[in-house]
Amino acid sequence: MNVGVLALQGAFVEHEAMLRRLGVNVVQVRTPAEFATVERLIIPGGESTVIGQLLATSGLLEPICERGRAGMPIWGTCAGMILLAREITEGRKAGQAQLGLMDITARRNAFGRQIDSFETDLAVPVLGPEPFHAVFIRAPQIDRVGPAAEVLATLPDGRIVAAREGHLLATAFHPELTGDDRFHRLFLTL
Amino acid sequence: METSTFTTKVGLAQMLKGGVIMDVVTPEQAKIAEAAGAVAVMALERVPADIRKDGGVARMSDPAMIEGIIKAVTIPVMAKARIGHFVEAQILEALGVDYIDESEVLTPADEENHINKHDFKVPFVCGCRNLGEALRRIAEGAAMIRTKGEAGTGNVVEAVRHARSVLGEIRRLQSLSPDELFVAAKNLQAPYELVKHVAETGRLPVVNFAAGGIATPADAALMMQIGVDGVFVGSGIFKSGDPEKRARAIVEATTHFRDAARLAAVSRDLGPAMVGIEISTIPEAELLASRGW
Repeated sequence: MNVGVLALQGAFVEHEAMLRRLGVNVVQVRTPAEFATVERLIIPGGESTVIGQLLATSGLLEPICERGRAGMPIWGTCAGMILLAREITEGRKAGQAQLGLMDITARRNAFGRQIDSFETDLAVPVLGPEPFHAVFIRAPQIDRVGPAAEVLATLPDGRIVAAREGHLLATAFHPELTGDDRFHRLFLTL
Repeated sequence: METSTFTTKVGLAQMLKGGVIMDVVTPEQAKIAEAAGAVAVMALERVPADIRKDGGVARMSDPAMIEGIIKAVTIPVMAKARIGHFVEAQILEALGVDYIDESEVLTPADEENHINKHDFKVPFVCGCRNLGEALRRIAEGAAMIRTKGEAGTGNVVEAVRHARSVLGEIRRLQSLSPDELFVAAKNLQAPYELVKHVAETGRLPVVNFAAGGIATPADAALMMQIGVDGVFVGSGIFKSGDPEKRARAIVEATTHFRDAARLAAVSRDLGPAMVGIEISTIPEAELLASRGW
């Protein structure tokens, strides 16, 4: 099985290293031809506006939407989560690319600017009793989940930061920046 | 919950990888840069080409101008402080900029000491010409490194020299035995622990971008193929004939940096590039890269 990591912009090498440690065959995806060789896809952190634009100019928007709708497992971290979300709280600018595969509403830069970026231990029941050390960088949050989506983690104040909808996974934080591979293993079971 | 840890500081730079950070001098330019695919913008009053032309002391930009740019875009905003000018850095932190560039493009405020960047919650990027300089900046707390290149020239030769120097010295360290790393650290004038880390991992402990003289999509792809993580483009965009088109082309080239057909396609019909300066015609006292140590 080939797992693709979208390599248009952002922290894709970190996801790749994590997957390789799990013994997975990884493909960097920049073109439709590369995308055709993978069975799963991770959309990494980066700038969602940039990755969205490059998805469109690289001819990847349509193929990813199509296979995502047909059941391909896709995981978006941070910027990737914003691209997966059907709605953005503050609205999308005209012409701004999106995949919109997952029935959630995401809010960009929900925690403020860079000096508000933080690390915290997060309870994630689906991963077991051990808390998950989560790194939030200019992070988004999930304002709403649709009826088919399941909340996987919230902050103590109730803000939603991870969710799953069938074969789709979204995290507002960056498991690829920690040594903890439990989210990567969860994704490989979807 | 812990804010502004070293992991989150380095982490933001990791999110910028594979991207283009563009110099802008107005909110309008910032919006053009964002729409064209900039991963972040560098807010400053004059681009390096104009600083070079105008002469005089170059300082931190007007806070009102930086705030205007922060309000205009949703992507990260960086701003420059003078080397060693920790109060300019305190002001930039108070304004809420996402990254501070302690930059040789501005006139240095301290000719011995750089800013102690550990004292700040906001992360810093610093320029370097070689591995020793990069590791000294990291020891002072820099969370991101860029080559200095020679800013405001539109001439990529110095960025190439500096990137090849850093990456070549990393490869050389990897070939040394553990016994030889102590002297290597002495010769690099860098802390032993950082030298050991680089020798073991084969890379800097922080993200490494190219800057200084990048003016075309081919320049950006050249730096990416040499092995940097992303590029800064200063004067190269808004001093060119069609900034928006050139900006988009450089963004595409930075992503698809190994795809020559693609690079050919995006390099077509961009209008005139910035004029550019041959480095050897610049008097030594006017070279920016020799500022900082």
